[in-house]
Amino acid sequence: MNVQYRSSPAPGSPVHARTAIADCDIHPARATATELYPYLAKRWHAHLETYDKHPYQGMMEGPPYPKAQPNASRRDAWPPEGGPQGSSLSFMQQQHLDPNNVVLGVLNPLGTGQGIRNHDLAAAICSAINDWQIEKWTSKDGRLKGSVVVANEDGPTAAAEIRKRAGDKNFVQVLLLSRNVEPLGQRRYWPIYEAAEEVGLPVGVHAFGFGGNPITASGWPSYYIEEMVGHSQCQQTALASLVLEGVFERHPTLKMIMVEAGFGWAPSLSWRLDKTFERLHSEVPHLKRKPSEYISDHIWWTTQPMEDPEKRDHLFELIDWIGWDNLLFATDYPHWDYDEPSRVLPAGVSDANREAFYLGNALKLYGLS
Amino acid sequence: MDGEAGSPYAMVQAKSAGFNGAADHEETQEDTEVMTSPIAGGVDCDLHPAVPHLTSLLPYLNDYWRDQVTTRGMTDLVSQSYPTNSPISSRPDWRPARGKPGSNLGDMQTQALDPVGVSYGICNPLYGVQMVFSEDMADAFCRALNDWLVKEWLDRDDRLRGSIVIPVQSVEKSVAEIERCAKDRRFVQVLMLVMGDMPLGKRAYWPIYAAAERLGLPIGIHAGSNYHNPPTSVGWGSYHIEDYVAQAQAFQTQLTSLIVEGVFARHPNLKMVMLESGFTWLPPFLWRLHKFWRGIRMETPWVDRAPLEIVRSNIRFSLQPVDAPPDPQVLNRLFEHMQSDELLLFSTDYPHWQFDDDAALPEGMSADLVRKIMIDNPYATYSRLKQPAVKETTT
Repeated sequence: MNVQYRSSPAPGSPVHARTAIADCDIHPARATATELYPYLAKRWHAHLETYDKHPYQGMMEGPPYPKAQPNASRRDAWPPEGGPQGSSLSFMQQQHLDPNNVVLGVLNPLGTGQGIRNHDLAAAICSAINDWQIEKWTSKDGRLKGSVVVANEDGPTAAAEIRKRAGDKNFVQVLLLSRNVEPLGQRRYWPIYEAAEEVGLPVGVHAFGFGGNPITASGWPSYYIEEMVGHSQCQQTALASLVLEGVFERHPTLKMIMVEAGFGWAPSLSWRLDKTFERLHSEVPHLKRKPSEYISDHIWWTTQPMEDPEKRDHLFELIDWIGWDNLLFATDYPHWDYDEPSRVLPAGVSDANREAFYLGNALKLYGLS
Repeated sequence: MDGEAGSPYAMVQAKSAGFNGAADHEETQEDTEVMTSPIAGGVDCDLHPAVPHLTSLLPYLNDYWRDQVTTRGMTDLVSQSYPTNSPISSRPDWRPARGKPGSNLGDMQTQALDPVGVSYGICNPLYGVQMVFSEDMADAFCRALNDWLVKEWLDRDDRLRGSIVIPVQSVEKSVAEIERCAKDRRFVQVLMLVMGDMPLGKRAYWPIYAAAERLGLPIGIHAGSNYHNPPTSVGWGSYHIEDYVAQAQAFQTQLTSLIVEGVFARHPNLKMVMLESGFTWLPPFLWRLHKFWRGIRMETPWVDRAPLEIVRSNIRFSLQPVDAPPDPQVLNRLFEHMQSDELLLFSTDYPHWQFDDDAALPEGMSADLVRKIMIDNPYATYSRLKQPAVKETTT
């Protein structure tokens, strides 16, 4: 929610004794439209100024569904030096990383080359974003780690970008979005998973994106709230596709993270997949295990926006069905639906589970422990 | 794991074991051997009588459409939602030697109505009329389908009740068909599919909802698509199993649409029944919808009650398929998460293969809950069931 900013406490004050956390969903922004130009070939500068991005949806300026707040961001997150929310490292440090004792912050850049119909432009922007993450963020603050963004609709080019970043400790994952031209298990995306497994990076799938499909199975809804609630349905069908196409059968060490789409749906989806699989196994003989087993072994979930039932026991039971080891804390800074670290997990959780939830699972998954 | 003594969920913790839940319930094994049995006098809210072939509707079409069907060599309207030979389309022991599963009244009687001992069974014909692109053709076929249901099913078994299949390609024609059929009080519901051209909350559909509310008919929303849009919100998948799993996500987006567009603010007495939807997804779905509604309700100010309350008062779910693990303890936790025993309506989903033997009710349900699901909830939902059936001709 829209947490109003309080002045940062002086170093050494009690707030700095807060438990260390990993924030697995931070959105870095560009301060200006041309901030990427140093990382982009000249031909693309003119191209962007003439034709812009030409995405898989019609709106050139803003999002198709107007957000609840400008840039979908907290009203207190405008950097004092100007530029959009999330565009200033020093202000991000002062407002979020320092007071919340973030020891690992995973950057998920949005508005990249993903979802652009011109796949050459998509690849150029994605590669530029990756260079920009190093220069502007990860090289300046060791707590921050980048995500390799890739031209999602062009598997071979995306795979080449992933291999180019192999072994680069500035990056901890590959980033995709949930809504693409086809469901994520389809073969056009297989080179991405092959390359990610090969270089040992997990693949994060963040909510959003456009691939030319209506964002419900019954066409386009009317409201922003429908898009926001609907991310969980898009994520469920994307995950079902990954499982049923056999991606995890082909890539037994691939790890994936469902980012910002909720996790409450995970048990029900797994049960439904298993029950249907019992009946229809003969259609998908390439699957050697029950769908829920692939999900248990290969999938992690970020927590924001936190599931928020009326009764905390229901939350605990839900997490128990998923596994305390499979959740990664995230705030979504600087967005408006940010989760405040100190208030997310109710009382009644063991120290070990609390530590795993806020930090341990992320360090382990990203190979940083 | 959080399992300390005194922890508010220590008991649950000791029992649950991941998605499959069943790994650690040895000590409850004895209790759960007992099958939960249906009680007599209930209502089966989801039965699927099958149209044997498009030619079966010829007697119910006018001359023009009868001629169109025969002259143009039109094929049977089988939707890929339920391919005839798919395992999910019929329980193996319910599959007839010849013809489509569910196409024979005698089979339905001996396989579903008699063994469960229901007082009423609600027929929801799944025939591919929604896939048709011409509203005139859809209208002709829907009228024929509804008249066929009366003559071939409702007239032949007093327990059977019907749903009005509407030519949703035209809202105007849909309203006319609702009004025409509603004169026969054996029609107890209007039937739509969960995937169509537009989200179901869209204002264009509201005259359908107004007619249904006025005539005391719930809107039944059944799994299935007209395939005018990809069957998932992220495009076309490869497999039948993928489409079937995705029905649950389609129901979720439709519930969001119906609630946030304000259908129930405008029609507070309208009931909607999600048919063959699954229901274990409901609690976390509502947590999420409720959270975003609190955050951005300024966008839809006409939503005058919390989504959770709207669901409790206006939305019901058929029992089958039970998309939960075969562990009574987990299932009972899920019922508790639903925070209401009024949401579920008994269904067999005959002839679809959702359960084996006579396990129409999942194991471990309390006698009170069985009574609510089989009797109280359906009668509270379908107001027309309380009244004696009055036969009227609809043709």
